[in-house]
Amino acid sequence: MVEVGVSRTVLPVGSKAHHASGWWGMLTVIATEATLFAYLLFSYFYIASHAVGAWPPHGMPKLSLAIPGTIMLVAGSVTMWWGERGIDRGNAVQLMIGLAISMVLGIVFILLEGVEWAGEPFHLASGVYSSLYFTITGFHLAHVVVGLLLLMILFVWTALRYFDANRHSAVSIGVLYWHFITIVWLAVFFTFYIAPRL
Amino acid sequence: MAEVETFRAPLIARATDRSPSSQTLRRSWEGPGGIAGWLSSVDHKEIGKRYLVTAFLFLIIGGLEAAVMRAQLAQPNGHLLTSEQYSQLFTMHGVTMIFLYALPVLSGFSNYLWPLLLGSRDMAFPRLNALSYWVFLFAGIFLYVSFPLGKAPDGGWFNYVPYASRAYNPGPNIDVYALGMVLLGISTTVGSINFIVTLLRMRAPGMSINRVPILIWGTLSTSVANLFAVPAVSLAFFMLWMDRQFGTHFFDVSAGGQPLLWQHLFWMFGHPWVYAIVLPAMGIVSDGLPTFCRRPLVGYTPVALSTVAAMTLGFGVWVHHMFATGLPAIAMSYFSAASMIIVIPSAVAVFSWIATIWTGRPVFTSAFLFFAGFVLLFVIGGLSGFMTASVPVDLQLTHTYFIVAHLHYTIIGINVFPVVGGIFYWFPKFTGRLMNETLGKWTFWVMFIGFNVGFFPMHILGLAGMPRRIYTYPEGLGWGPLNLIVTLGSYLFAIGVLLFLVNVFVSLKRGKSAGDNPWDGPSLEWSTSSPPPVYNFAVIPTVASRYPLWEGRLNQSEDDRSSTQEGFLLDKGRETLGTTSLDAEPDVILKMPPNAYSPLLLALALAVLFVAALLHSWWLLGACLIGTLLASIAWLWPQRSLSQIET
Repeated sequence: MVEVGVSRTVLPVGSKAHHASGWWGMLTVIATEATLFAYLLFSYFYIASHAVGAWPPHGMPKLSLAIPGTIMLVAGSVTMWWGERGIDRGNAVQLMIGLAISMVLGIVFILLEGVEWAGEPFHLASGVYSSLYFTITGFHLAHVVVGLLLLMILFVWTALRYFDANRHSAVSIGVLYWHFITIVWLAVFFTFYIAPRL
Repeated sequence: MAEVETFRAPLIARATDRSPSSQTLRRSWEGPGGIAGWLSSVDHKEIGKRYLVTAFLFLIIGGLEAAVMRAQLAQPNGHLLTSEQYSQLFTMHGVTMIFLYALPVLSGFSNYLWPLLLGSRDMAFPRLNALSYWVFLFAGIFLYVSFPLGKAPDGGWFNYVPYASRAYNPGPNIDVYALGMVLLGISTTVGSINFIVTLLRMRAPGMSINRVPILIWGTLSTSVANLFAVPAVSLAFFMLWMDRQFGTHFFDVSAGGQPLLWQHLFWMFGHPWVYAIVLPAMGIVSDGLPTFCRRPLVGYTPVALSTVAAMTLGFGVWVHHMFATGLPAIAMSYFSAASMIIVIPSAVAVFSWIATIWTGRPVFTSAFLFFAGFVLLFVIGGLSGFMTASVPVDLQLTHTYFIVAHLHYTIIGINVFPVVGGIFYWFPKFTGRLMNETLGKWTFWVMFIGFNVGFFPMHILGLAGMPRRIYTYPEGLGWGPLNLIVTLGSYLFAIGVLLFLVNVFVSLKRGKSAGDNPWDGPSLEWSTSSPPPVYNFAVIPTVASRYPLWEGRLNQSEDDRSSTQEGFLLDKGRETLGTTSLDAEPDVILKMPPNAYSPLLLALALAVLFVAALLHSWWLLGACLIGTLLASIAWLWPQRSLSQIET
């Protein structure tokens, strides 16, 4: 080996913010997951457009729980954004507070959804509408659970002082997914609760 | 513990495989030996070889299934198989060839070759690469679990409802297929993610997007398409499983469901998939053919663009599989026209290959014969596809042997021939040894003649009205003689495949030593040893053109040439270079992960989870969910050695 010299460009080493391959990986995960929801909603609209008789068959879906749930998720995204801003400046406590509030809001969303499910006059096998309703909201709910697990592990890692202003790409990647879950909910919410009213 | 560095001005060195610095690299990149090393390996070359070998095993299994079916059909009133056995065989033949051979074999090539073509030391996500292989393997085994019990999937590979609904198909057959496909979809998706991020991040400095080999364009188009197509089929199969097991009504017309929803979702996936299993193979030809024609590919840019165009158009033609379902004429007209437009990018590629041969000085090696033979088969398969893009013609031909002929010309012609040619081409790189050329040429002619004798008459049988998927047929319809020819031809083709396998095994032990660049090839993989060292490149190469090793004779100016022996050394552990997405400027020094068991454990947990779902064993399913969670956390736990933690 002959040493020729040292590069004039100084390069960052390892996972740093958008230099992390994981950031790019998460973008592709979101692309494919968003497509999954697009196909779910396509199935809903396809079946709705062929429906004979009233649609939705059980009357308009109630907004009394869905709107508070939506507010929980949107607020959870805002608090997470605030928490991430904290670690950008090296403030791990702010990140932990953001993670904790977002987790609580996410859990409240799940509870509200659970109450709504329990109060429905139909069940999974009642008809095609109920199949769509439980499957699509269920898919989203599963994503919220995964998102909560992500936030939980990020909370543990933050508590272990793994992250600082310089290295926290895991946080950026996890938070990106959390925002995605909120945005997907808006699409689901629009499809089930708003579209039939238009 | 060593301080984690945040920034570094990397060392530039001149080195080859034989330099002392390469010993350091070898120590960093080599995993443990033995079983432990085998189970935990994340080396893309190791994973690529596993993909190739596993896919070929599935090719043999699928081929044997076809051989039994052809024995049944060789004469009228065959009774070797019952109709149920025949249904399972043709279903598993299709599933095996389309899902367990055709894409995985191309993933094998791409996994092995991508970092070598791109001048990198590994894929972007080495552990994800291992996961993708293990899940593929387990999904393949899963799809075959019910085969020995005589309960294999039996609804054809596109598995239409209501045949596939519980009322008409109550056994476990379809559930195995449904869950197996969802599991396989995980493998395909994570594999595609890895290719996309690798393309965006891992190219050698200077390898701007307009300098990557066409194989990269092919696999990239396929991978992007998979991201958007696979969710459709995974969802369709999940909904079918729900319908069958939990009483939902997605496809149940009596409760407001829509059987055609199945067909839409399936073909929204299915047609892009058809291109996914040929575009990388076309890329193999576009990269291999120029080497044997002794000139650059004619029309690199149009070929690259038409690769992307074909894939994009491939998302807008799915309804041509559904012309006979009674859709409105306006929809059928649109999809018919869109299907015909695909002729344009296909023709661009064909004329480019022909012009490359025409204006080159061909060297008639076995690989060249397979690549050139492929061009002819591509044209025949393309023409029959163009015919069935026309609605009235399709109404006459759909569900006949004409379609069987068409799809075999496309899948065998455009996938198997380039794959076999690609093995002849890269075998010396994989193993350090050349395959036997004399036997190789015999192999080509036996396969080529066998294939055409076996499959061309199927067009005529289809025109004569023979439906596909019938398990037997009576005398007096005039189909007997042609069917006998088909059977004999396909057996001849099988003998050709056997000759190829013999060549592989003999050459592994006794092949002539190849050297680094036996074909005088132009791309980066030929600049390193055969087989490549575990770290791929002693220094990260710098690229100045599309054909880095041919620059001398292509009159590239001397001060603007690629450099394969001088570049970033990056020898502080497992490291490689990340570059910017379009221009490939150095961007970041990437720390690559060591060998890990977490991919295997995660794949096992996922596979058992699907078995639990099949058996309705909910406690086991819950345990597997926890298992996947734990394996994921172990995988993702931030590491100082990967520079994920600094404090």
